[in-house]
Amino acid sequence: MTTLLEVSGVSVSFDGFKAINNLSFQIGEAEMRAIIGPNGAGKTTFMDIVTGKTRPDEGHVIWGDRSVSLLKMSESQIARVGIGRKFQRPTVFEAQTVRENLAMALKNARGPFDVLFYRKSKSGADRIEALAEEIGLSNQLPRIAGTLSHGQKQWLEIGMLLAQEPRLLLIDEPAAGMTPEEREHTTQILVEAAKTRAVVVVEHDMEFVRRLNCKVTVLHEGAVLAEGSLDHVTQNQTVIDVYLGR
Amino acid sequence: MTEIAQRSFFLRNPSVLVFLALLSVFTLAVTLASEATGFGWMSTSFVKTLGKTLCLCLIAIAMDLVWGYCGILSLGHFAFFGLGGYMIGMWLMYERTKDIVAQSLQNEVLPPTPDELRDAIGTQIFGVVGGSDIPLVWTFADSLFIQLVLVVLVPGLLALVFGWLAFRSRVTGVYLSILTQAMTLALSLYLFQNDSGLRGNNGLSGLQNIPGLTGVSQDVISIWFFWASALALALGYLLAAFMVSGKFGSVIRGIRDDEARVRFLGYNVEAYKLVIFTGTAMISAIAGALYYPQAGIVNPAEIAPIASIYLAVWVAIGGRGRLYGAVIGAAFVSLLSSWFTGGSAPDIPLGTFTIQWTDWWLVVLGLSFVAVTLFAPQGISGVFDKLVRKS
Ligand SMILES: Nc1ncnc2c1ncn2[C@@H]1O[C@H](COP(=O)(O)OP(=O)(O)OP(=O)(O)O)[C@@H](O)[C@H]1O
Ligand SMILES: [Mg+2]
Repeated sequence: MTTLLEVSGVSVSFDGFKAINNLSFQIGEAEMRAIIGPNGAGKTTFMDIVTGKTRPDEGHVIWGDRSVSLLKMSESQIARVGIGRKFQRPTVFEAQTVRENLAMALKNARGPFDVLFYRKSKSGADRIEALAEEIGLSNQLPRIAGTLSHGQKQWLEIGMLLAQEPRLLLIDEPAAGMTPEEREHTTQILVEAAKTRAVVVVEHDMEFVRRLNCKVTVLHEGAVLAEGSLDHVTQNQTVIDVYLGR
Repeated sequence: MTEIAQRSFFLRNPSVLVFLALLSVFTLAVTLASEATGFGWMSTSFVKTLGKTLCLCLIAIAMDLVWGYCGILSLGHFAFFGLGGYMIGMWLMYERTKDIVAQSLQNEVLPPTPDELRDAIGTQIFGVVGGSDIPLVWTFADSLFIQLVLVVLVPGLLALVFGWLAFRSRVTGVYLSILTQAMTLALSLYLFQNDSGLRGNNGLSGLQNIPGLTGVSQDVISIWFFWASALALALGYLLAAFMVSGKFGSVIRGIRDDEARVRFLGYNVEAYKLVIFTGTAMISAIAGALYYPQAGIVNPAEIAPIASIYLAVWVAIGGRGRLYGAVIGAAFVSLLSSWFTGGSAPDIPLGTFTIQWTDWWLVVLGLSFVAVTLFAPQGISGVFDKLVRKS
């Protein structure tokens, strides 16, 4: 399996505090990976670095078959090469409809003039319908996104992510605030997505991680503590110590 | 396909049709009431006031696009408006002076040489600032076509360079507003100088006299400019509605509400801001180029920072994020303002103290701005929307 994203020796500090400390991480095409770790382990900061929101002090972030460095790209360029991100707190455009949110995310030319002269097409509309179906918002398309429930917003954001057709999805705590049935559905969507692309899921809920049934990376104090199957890492003594706060 | 798209544009935006219909009725009414083309119920100066108001509505639409839709609180768009006025004013003043000078020299024994003609024009125009040389910026002042191009080019270029520098450094919010004020102030101070080449604080005057149309009286010219302003407003409204109705509108509203999120969707936010900032600067400049021939004079005081702040106040009072809100705000506040400050409003004697509206109007305007911000953040059009929905 070829490597899609390779993060090596990355460090970043905020006012002297090392949030990420010599972190290395790899993921291949069509792979699902869960990242777990206690609060403040640096999981969100890791995603910030990959998506260009935070610039690391040192290290490399290499992307794709042609091994380009993401560190020189802007956030929007990184998104356009195929990295989509879902934030910890659901961030959808609350003043706009579900349909508008999805349409904005749809994979299309992104330049101002391309968008200005963009004409709605049948295929685009079909794609939006299909996505809405997938995220269970079929009959909510004309609804203003701000009026959706917390769980529905999370799904809408996942739908927007899928609409971008990224090669790598970075998903921060998708199941937070969801009912057990909603979690079930979310698991299905993610497992389905990981068949054709790489998916990285950050999650605190071990039951949720177990159902993803994938390799797990444990982060602690900005570095990788352990990696392997969920059973493997949860039997690791240092991991147990970290989680029990010893 | 395009036909479907065009038809659905109006279907999706019925308010555009309503607006165009109202504007047509208004234009017709003014035409019928004017001295030149109608029954003469309306004075020529009032026709000019209404024509100017339409231009202010146009720049308010530009302001609504950049602020109400894209979230960039520019406090500098009146600078582009004024620059547009200067660009057309140069042609108006130069050509008219040339005509006058040529006429006064035609009785000389020898016909004037081109140099003599140039000197005479220079003395006429720049005598007030103690010069007679025609400055470099007036190089193309004898060409209507080039000056018309400059109307959009000069403000457009200024906006492009300013916007590129500001947006690239990710200056946003209050800091950006302050920066736009600084730009406006710098431009206005520069124009105040006599050696700016644009007649310092005198500005450009006599702009109501159109070269080559000396035989046409002001009542006719005023109605022509009124029509041109109405047409420009209609086209500007259509363009703005087209921009905000589709996916582009969705993206710029997204930038207004959460620009970081738009970036992570793969949109180059800075490019969008630059397009909006520059485009609206050009619309403002066109509005200014139509306004100042009706006003007759453009001077650096017009570009003063406060003018751009008023513009923001109009849009806030009218209701931002709605195109008709901007139009209502600009028309309502500017007409009311000229009524109060023009001395038409009766003073209110309160015993020992008299409320003189020429002074107190600004206080009223300030208070209404505060009231709108606090109690009706959607402005007049928001109240209007609520009434429509209730009924
Ligand atoms: N912009 C910032 N400035 C200062 N400190 C920061 C910043 N971003 C993150 N940190 C700090 O870096 C550490 C790692 O934060 P991060 O958000 O990555 O943790 P996390 O693993 O996502 O935690 P959680 O499970 O609570 O979401 C924390 O101690 C946090 O306070
Ligand atoms: Mg986090």
